[in-house]
Amino acid sequence: MTIEATVDGTVIQWRDRKRYLWIIGAIVPLIPVSIWGLFSLTGSTLVWYFGPFFLFVVVPIADMIAGRDGENPPDEVLEQLEDDRYYRWVTYAFIPAQVAGFVWGAYLLGGGTLPGIDEPLSIAAKIGLALSLGMVAGIGINTAHELGHKKEEYERWFARAALAQTFYGHFFIEHNRGHHVRVATPEDPASGRLGETVWEFMPRTMWGSLTSAWELEKKRFERLKKSHWSLKNDVLNAWAFSVVLWGALMVAFGWEIFPYLVLQAIAGIWLLESVNFLEHYGMKRQKLESGRYERVNPSHSWNSNNIGTNVLLYHLQRHSDHHANPTRRYQALRDFKEAPVLPTGYAGMIVLTWVPQVWRRVMDHKVMDHYEGDLSKTNLHPRTAHKYERTYGKVAA
Amino acid sequence: MSQFICPNCEYVYDEGHGNPREGWPAGTAFADIDPDWTCPDCGVREQVDFLPIEEFEHNDQDGNIIAAETRTKGDQA
Repeated sequence: MTIEATVDGTVIQWRDRKRYLWIIGAIVPLIPVSIWGLFSLTGSTLVWYFGPFFLFVVVPIADMIAGRDGENPPDEVLEQLEDDRYYRWVTYAFIPAQVAGFVWGAYLLGGGTLPGIDEPLSIAAKIGLALSLGMVAGIGINTAHELGHKKEEYERWFARAALAQTFYGHFFIEHNRGHHVRVATPEDPASGRLGETVWEFMPRTMWGSLTSAWELEKKRFERLKKSHWSLKNDVLNAWAFSVVLWGALMVAFGWEIFPYLVLQAIAGIWLLESVNFLEHYGMKRQKLESGRYERVNPSHSWNSNNIGTNVLLYHLQRHSDHHANPTRRYQALRDFKEAPVLPTGYAGMIVLTWVPQVWRRVMDHKVMDHYEGDLSKTNLHPRTAHKYERTYGKVAA
Repeated sequence: MSQFICPNCEYVYDEGHGNPREGWPAGTAFADIDPDWTCPDCGVREQVDFLPIEEFEHNDQDGNIIAAETRTKGDQA
């Protein structure tokens, strides 16, 4: 499909080459179900771990092979591109696929059998399946992220549905009204700091995001002069989705699946928070004389144009444009040429976070180059600050 | 009753309607809203950043404001 726009009397045409690639995102939730076929063929316990293998081996390799895509839609067609309803249906389709895959997985976790899966799964197989479901759960948070930013109220309800699997319903409140406000400042629990490891970031962001969401809703109810202990509280009504979903699955397949539900939720949350860690690692907005922080600009987010991860995550990696225009739909997000770029896609970068020494070796000099060697401009982690000051301190102006 | 617009996402606060969900009943003057209240749609602009709707044309696609007067000048140039 070609979009046409008239600029100063000349007609320009533009065709979205990624248009049909976005469908891949909606198929992702069925990856665990594809293990059914793999298991029937091989009978191997290992295949239940295909989810993490796909995300941390297949996608990074695909990113390296398929390369980068820096194509931007011209400004003149952005509005038409955003209004094309096809793109939003692709994101809506994710949710029924996600629920179906989750129910299928819970059935097997509860000891169910299927043609080709003649015996109930072993514990090792169940752990693999839970981790594979967790990868979908984490990508589901990204789908919720896309939907939760939209102005339409029903899309924000879809976001709650996509967050049900991870019990992370408070995310869409904290993210929109907490993270976006405080991004790349020391006060933001969801921005990684220079010298922080992903492992110490995890409890900080999980606890900080939870309390932030709760406080934001509490404040809103104080203005309404009503109690925040109500189903109108968006944190509570979003969690209610999880209570219903998890409750129904345990009624249907037995309470014994509970530890696996927790495991897959942790895997999904950990995936999402890893992305939070790396998206703004070390970035800091400077304080203005007025006491406010400077406005978020393209220099405050790490971007990547690796097409593999981008198709999987609805252009999340065009992160600078997302922070400049949070309500803009994914298909219309653009690459800013002046924005800082990661060496590879988010999927491959997550793998690097696992070993903090490797992560620092790759990223710290990039942060320092970005701030022209001035450590005082970075979002420095207090625990490791003295070490960084010894290494980089003299360079500071 | 005046209208004020978020210069990022173009959410409009209409004093006549207020925003009851956010705790601003119909008729709440824009000046009475907390200065640090964030736009309910995009979350990246605060009360102090909003503009009277007459002064706003659109944002420049990079999240910056193009005010009505600047835009006219730009078009002439």
